Amino acid sequence: MRISRRILAGLATASLAVTATSCGGGGTSGSFDDTVTVGILHSLSGTMAISESTLVDTEKMAIEEINAAGGVTVGGKSYKIEYIVEDGASDWPTFAEKSKKLIDQDGVPVVFGGWTSASRKAMLPVYESKDAFLYYPIQYEAQECSNNIFYTGATPNQQSEPATDFMYKRSPAAGGDFFLVGSDYVFPRTSNTITKAQVKQLGGKVVGEDYLPLGNTEVAPIISKIKKALPEGGIIINTLNGDQNVAFFKQIQDAGITPSSGYYVMNYSIAEEEISTIGPEFLEGHYGAWNYMMSIDTPASKKFAASFKKRWGADRVVADPQESAYNMVYLWKQAVEDAGTFDDNAVREALVGQKFDAPQGPVEVMPNHHLSQTVRIGEINSEGGFTILEETGVVLPQAWNQKHPSSKGFACDWTDPSKGEKYKL
Amino acid sequence: MELLLDSLFNGVAIGSVLLVAALGLAIVFGLMGVINLAHGELMMLGAYTTYVTQLIFKLPILKPFYNSYIIVSIFLAFIVSGVVGILLEKTIIRKLYGSPLETLLATWGVSLILQQFVRSVPLAYGTGLVISLLIGLFLPTTFPSKIKESINFKYFKFSSWIFAALTGVLTGSLISSSVSKLSRASARNVDVTAPSWMRGQVEIIGTAFPKTRLMIIVITLISVIAITLFLNQSAWGMRIRAVTQNRQMSDCLGISTEKVDIITFGIGSGLAGVAGVAVSLLGSVGPNVGGNYIVGCFMVVVLGGVGNLLGTVLASFGIGIMTDLIGAGRLLSIWPDMPLPLSNTINFFATTSMARVMIFALIVIFLQFKPTGLFPQKGRMVEN
Repeated sequence: MRISRRILAGLATASLAVTATSCGGGGTSGSFDDTVTVGILHSLSGTMAISESTLVDTEKMAIEEINAAGGVTVGGKSYKIEYIVEDGASDWPTFAEKSKKLIDQDGVPVVFGGWTSASRKAMLPVYESKDAFLYYPIQYEAQECSNNIFYTGATPNQQSEPATDFMYKRSPAAGGDFFLVGSDYVFPRTSNTITKAQVKQLGGKVVGEDYLPLGNTEVAPIISKIKKALPEGGIIINTLNGDQNVAFFKQIQDAGITPSSGYYVMNYSIAEEEISTIGPEFLEGHYGAWNYMMSIDTPASKKFAASFKKRWGADRVVADPQESAYNMVYLWKQAVEDAGTFDDNAVREALVGQKFDAPQGPVEVMPNHHLSQTVRIGEINSEGGFTILEETGVVLPQAWNQKHPSSKGFACDWTDPSKGEKYKL
Repeated sequence: MELLLDSLFNGVAIGSVLLVAALGLAIVFGLMGVINLAHGELMMLGAYTTYVTQLIFKLPILKPFYNSYIIVSIFLAFIVSGVVGILLEKTIIRKLYGSPLETLLATWGVSLILQQFVRSVPLAYGTGLVISLLIGLFLPTTFPSKIKESINFKYFKFSSWIFAALTGVLTGSLISSSVSKLSRASARNVDVTAPSWMRGQVEIIGTAFPKTRLMIIVITLISVIAITLFLNQSAWGMRIRAVTQNRQMSDCLGISTEKVDIITFGIGSGLAGVAGVAVSLLGSVGPNVGGNYIVGCFMVVVLGGVGNLLGTVLASFGIGIMTDLIGAGRLLSIWPDMPLPLSNTINFFATTSMARVMIFALIVIFLQFKPTGLFPQKGRMVEN
C-alpha cells in the first residue's frame, strides 16, 4: 500500500512536471517587456493526430522564430509570445469544448487550430457567440465565410479548379473522360459537385463517381466501376482521405490502372507527408495540386524547409497545410502590430490587406477572410516529391464558389457592413 | 461470360477478406460464446507482425530470402496473435465466462489498450515483449515431467520467466539498433509492400486478376481447410467440440476444459493474426485497422449462424457477391434495357456507401425471419 501510494505521488509529480513544461512556451526572458499567450488547438491523439501534430510543430516553430526576432511590438512594448497547446483528440465536440476553455479560462486573444471541416463546423458557433477569433489553416470546400474565422488554406477555385483545367486541357489524358472518387464526407462531395459543373463547362464528361465510407478500405467495386466506365484510360479525380489512399493506390496498381496504361489520377489530399506514407512507387506519374510544394525553388521556400528540418529532424518534410499554418502565425503578428492592440475587433480590421512573403510566394488577406494564393500543379516523382509542371499567377479566393449551383453569384465581404457574409454580386 | 467471371471473382475476393477476418471470431464467439471485441486488434497485431517481418527480411543476412517473407509472416502472425490471445484468456476472459456483458466491456478495454500500445511503444520493443511472452508461457511446458511434478516447480517457472524477460529485452534492443524504422514509436500508419512476385496481375481465360487478391483467396482457403480438418479429425478438435456441446459432461469424462478453452481461444486469435497478414496486403497498417473490420466480422458470424463454420463461409461469400452486385451496379450491365424506375433505383444503390446500407438492410430483414442465422445451432446450447 505504502509503495503504491508513493508511486502514485511520483506519477502525480511527474505528470505535473510534464504539463508545466508542455503548456508554457518557456519563461519570460529579460529582453521582453511583457508576454502574450495564444492558443493552439489541434488533435494530438486519435486518428487525426498524425496530420495535425505536424501543424503544432510548425506553429511552435513560427512562434519561436518571431520571439527570436524580438517578439510582437504593440504600443512600443515588446511582447514575447507564449502558447497553450490543447488536444482536440480527433473528436469534434472536444474542439468546441477546448475552444471555450481557451477563450474563457485562459483569455487568449487568438486560437490557431483545426484540420477537418467537421472540427471547424463544431468550433464555429463558439467563436461566433463569444466574438473570438479562430485561424484555420487547411484547404477546404469553402461555402462558408465567418466573421470570426480566418481561413489560410485554399478554396476550391485555388486548388481543384485549376487542377481540373490542367487535367482536361494539358495533361497526357487531355480530353478524356472523368471519374471521381472520394471519401464519404462534406469536402469530397462539395468539391466534386464543383468539378462536375466545371467539366460540363469545359465540354468534357464525368462518367462516374463513387464515395468510400470513412474507415472502409474495400475498393474492389470502385475498381470494377472505373474499368467499366473508363475502359481505355482517362482522368481520375481523387479526394480520398488519409489511409484510404493507401488501399486505393495499392489496389488500382494491381488492377492495371496506372499512368502507363493511360489512367492519370489528380489528387487533392496527397502532399509530401502522405506520399512518403503511401510509397512513391505507387504514386509516381500521378498528379497533385497545392499552393505550396516542398520542391519550390525559391530562397523563402528552401529556408522554410531547412528551418523545419533543423528544428524537428532531418527526416521531416514540409507540406502545404504546414505552410498555411506558418503563414497564419506571421499574418496575425503583423495585424496585431498594425492594430496596436491585441483586441479582436481591431486586429480583425487590420488583418484585411496584410501582405506576407510566404514560402509559396506573396500572399494577401482578402476582405472575405481568405488568402490570395498561387496554385501549382505537380507530378509525383520517384523521390517522393512533386515535379512542378505549372504555376498560376496569384488567384483570388472565392468563399462562395462560382461553379457550385447553390452559391453561384454570391460573394463575401467583411469590410463593408452592408455586404457581410453572403451578398449577391 | 467475362462479366460473370469478373463479378464472381470480385465477390469471392471481397468475401474471402470477410471470411478470413471472421474465421477466428467464428471459433471464439461461435464455439466458446465469448464476445471478443479485441478481435480486430488481434488482426492488427498480425498486420504489424507482417510489417516487422518485412523490415527484418530487408537486413543483409536475410535479404536473399526477402521474397518469401510473406509466407514466413503468416506463421509468425499466427503465433504472435495466438500468444497474445492466450495471455488474454488466461488473465481476463477466464474470470468472466458466463457473463457476456462484462466480457464485452473488458475486451473492448483491451482493444483500446492494444491500439494505444502500438502507438506509443516502439515496435522493436513490442517484438521483444511478444518473444518474452512466448518463452515465458511455453518454456515451462517443455520441462521433463520430473521437474514439473517437483515441489520446486514454481522456482523453475520463475527462472524461466526471468530468462524470457532477458531474451525479450535483448532481442528488442538488437532489432531496434539494426532496424531504425522500428526503434521509435509512431502513431503513423505504415505500409506493407508485397514482394514483386505478388504484384501485378495474372490472366485466366481472358480476364486479368490481381495477384494479391488471389493470394488472399488462397490464404483463406488454406485456413478454412486446416481449421475444418483440425476440428473434425484431431483429438483436440474432438475435445473442443465436446466441450462446446456439453461442458459439464466433458469435464466429468476427464477432458481438461481449462486446456480446451486456452487452445480454442489461442487458435481463434491466431487466425485473427493470419487475417491481419491478408488485410495488410490491401491497405495500410495502423492502430485502427482492426476496428474497420470488427463490425463486418460479427455480421458474418451472426448471419451464418453462431457455432457453424459452413454458415460463416456461405455468409461471407454471400455478402461479398452481394456487395459487388449492388455496389458496382452489375444488374444494369446484365440487363441494360430494364424499365427506367428500376434502373434508377439500381443506380441509386450503386455506390459503395449505399450498397452498404442496402446490405445491412437485407441482413436485418433476413434476421427478422431467421433470427439464428443461416444454419442455427442444434442441441444443448440452444436449450440453455
